[in-house]
Amino acid sequence: MPIIVKVDICVGCEACVNECPFGAIEMKDEKAVIGDKCTLCGTCVDICPSFAIEMADEPKSAPTEDLSAYKGVWVFAEQRNNKIVSVAYELLGEGRRLADSLGEELSAVLFGTGMDAEAKSLIEAGADRVYQVEAPLLNEFHEDAYADALSQLIKKYKPEIVLAGATSIGRAFVPVVATRVRTGLTADCTALDIDGEKKNLLQTRPAFGGNIMATIACPNNRPQMATVRPGVMKRLPPDAARMGEIIKEAPAGPLTSKTRLVETIDEAGHRINISEAEIIVSGGRGMGEKGFELLREIADMLGGVVGATRAAVDSGWMPYPHQIGQTGRTVSPRIYIACGISGAIQHLAGMQSSDMIIAINKDPDAPIFNVADIGIVGDVFEVLPAFAKKLKEMRG
Amino acid sequence: MNIAVCVKQVPDASDVKIDKATGTMVREGVPAILNPFDAYAVEEAIRLKEKHGGKVSAVTMGPPQAGEVLKHVVAMGADDVMLISDRAFAGADTWATSYTLGLGLKKLDSLDLVICGKQAIDGDTAQVGPGVAENLGLPFVAYVRKIVEVSGGKMKVERLIEDGYEVVEVSLPAVITVVKEINTPRMPSLKGKMKAKSLEIKPLSAEAIGAEADKIGLAGSPTKVMKVFSPPPKGNRERIDGTPQEQAARLAEKLKELKII
Ligand SMILES: Cc1cc2nc3c(=O)[nH]c(=O)nc-3n(C[C@H](O)[C@H](O)[C@H](O)COP(=O)(O)OP(=O)(O)OC[C@H]3O[C@@H](n4cnc5c(N)ncnc54)[C@H](O)[C@@H]3O)c2cc1C
Ligand SMILES: Nc1ncnc2c1ncn2[C@@H]1O[C@H](COP(=O)(O)O)[C@@H](O)[C@H]1O
Repeated sequence: MPIIVKVDICVGCEACVNECPFGAIEMKDEKAVIGDKCTLCGTCVDICPSFAIEMADEPKSAPTEDLSAYKGVWVFAEQRNNKIVSVAYELLGEGRRLADSLGEELSAVLFGTGMDAEAKSLIEAGADRVYQVEAPLLNEFHEDAYADALSQLIKKYKPEIVLAGATSIGRAFVPVVATRVRTGLTADCTALDIDGEKKNLLQTRPAFGGNIMATIACPNNRPQMATVRPGVMKRLPPDAARMGEIIKEAPAGPLTSKTRLVETIDEAGHRINISEAEIIVSGGRGMGEKGFELLREIADMLGGVVGATRAAVDSGWMPYPHQIGQTGRTVSPRIYIACGISGAIQHLAGMQSSDMIIAINKDPDAPIFNVADIGIVGDVFEVLPAFAKKLKEMRG
Repeated sequence: MNIAVCVKQVPDASDVKIDKATGTMVREGVPAILNPFDAYAVEEAIRLKEKHGGKVSAVTMGPPQAGEVLKHVVAMGADDVMLISDRAFAGADTWATSYTLGLGLKKLDSLDLVICGKQAIDGDTAQVGPGVAENLGLPFVAYVRKIVEVSGGKMKVERLIEDGYEVVEVSLPAVITVVKEINTPRMPSLKGKMKAKSLEIKPLSAEAIGAEADKIGLAGSPTKVMKVFSPPPKGNRERIDGTPQEQAARLAEKLKELKII
């Protein structure tokens, strides 16, 4: 085990036992013993007041040959039906910041045909360059064809950082790419930064359903890859005067796929994708079936969408694409209004990184209030109709 | 159909409580369970076997006690198990885990399908399924919510996407990850429990699966955890009191201040 407790120095204070995020340390004969659950995260090394815990020489994974050959920040500009999804623009905003702090260039990667206007919009959103792979097969999503196309580009141009949205597309094929190019990938990040000293990308993400946060780096392999949660990064205002180059890339051979798209079925009811909504009015068991009509009305007036807990979805009040939480969507809108939602940990896992959480619940002890910025203790059937009425008045 | 499922032992997240004073996670006495998403994978594999014949093999990589989840899936109806366990696997990230599971799966004869859960509830990465597919060189479909049909060396599935689903046909053998809409996992049967009880699990070491030392465990993991911390507490809590009308009016004003209205 590369983490060592020096038993002669350990004073048995149990600080490490309490701090270990994985519950991997036990006391035996008043000395700390590290068990099998250890993930070598190093929290105990930092926390030990007696410096009794050490990380043995860090073993190195077969490193990428020449790290310095890798330059530039890339953003995968995901599209659906030839329309670029908003997380791609958000990533260009963040990618611009990272590229500037590294003194390097920012490029976007775009798949699909007939997308010249979209390519231009990526430059307006911050890219210095767009690599456009114009293969008809890439108009639709195929895990294998997407992985082939992106891996080829990475091998050819050697970017230092590759970012993609943590969407159903990004999270499906980017891990295939990272496996193939033999590099690290951090899932569903909510913060990115450049380490001042070593210039590594520091990738922060929630784990354990949002109960802990972890910062992850990929020191010896390139590119450094991350999928990033939609709605977290800020896009730049589009600037039509920005200049950039568009490079049309042909795939190294004809792209093929072992999957065939038969059809696409839209179930959301709303055109808006809940993961990308700025305002979510969400309901739980406390709303009842009728209550969701009210939520829909309020969401429409606010220009938002309706979300739901698993309890509400299981009751058939809302279709599954609206479910938020550990087994549903993860969202981080500007405003999340939780109505008649208790705030079970699995629900919080999907929404607690929202900018502002407003909770309405008649139970003052409901756990939702622990994460709410604004709490209203009250009956949703009294507060919400009054709120809807007020909104109507304000809109005139 | 010969089907393999990848299952992981995880701490029961629904038992995780937050210590209000320190804001950290209380993990003492948290039981280890079968990753909830993997139960759907096991159930779907058993259903396919019941329909098309063949067998179901469950594979896990983990410490020796991870054998417990293999017993659980045998009690549900899996036929064979494989426990890949070695000190050298400790600290594996998704790259090294996918590589290791891939080697284990290659030891199974004539596989038609590998099913993984959508994600593990401890790491929440959802990266091991696609990583395994790449290690096996097989086509992959993520977030499957329904297997429509299997015939002629092909499988038709419904893949969940942001605002609905896609019907996709994939050639077999293939790897898929499944979401919870796909089924309701069965409870272990009495007969299954008896079988699980007498199950002897012989762990496979790194050597037994032919793993290269620089591709497993911490040494083989490109990502390194630099720091683990509790999410920062939220500040500026505010409570709106008063009659429902007053509360509603104040909330509307708030949204106006935030330029939402
Ligand atoms: C493995 C696993 C995964 C899960 N994944 C998810 C997930 O992804 N998403 C999810 O949401 N859940 C998930 N759950 C379920 C979760 O544990 C909770 O059961 C669920 O979130 C509860 O939903 P709720 O808040 O709507 O219902 P409840 O917990 O029943 O809460 C209803 C609330 O409404 C309030 N209320 C009732 N009437 C009124 C009224 N008139 N006015 C005001 N307030 C009122 C009550 O005080 C109560 O707090 C998961 C569970 C497990 C085990
Ligand atoms: N150690 C492991 N052993 C077996 N299967 C695993 C392991 N880790 C992950 N998996 C499988 O990969 C899926 C995704 O896990 P993750 O990428 O960790 O979120 C899980 O639902 C399992 O099916």
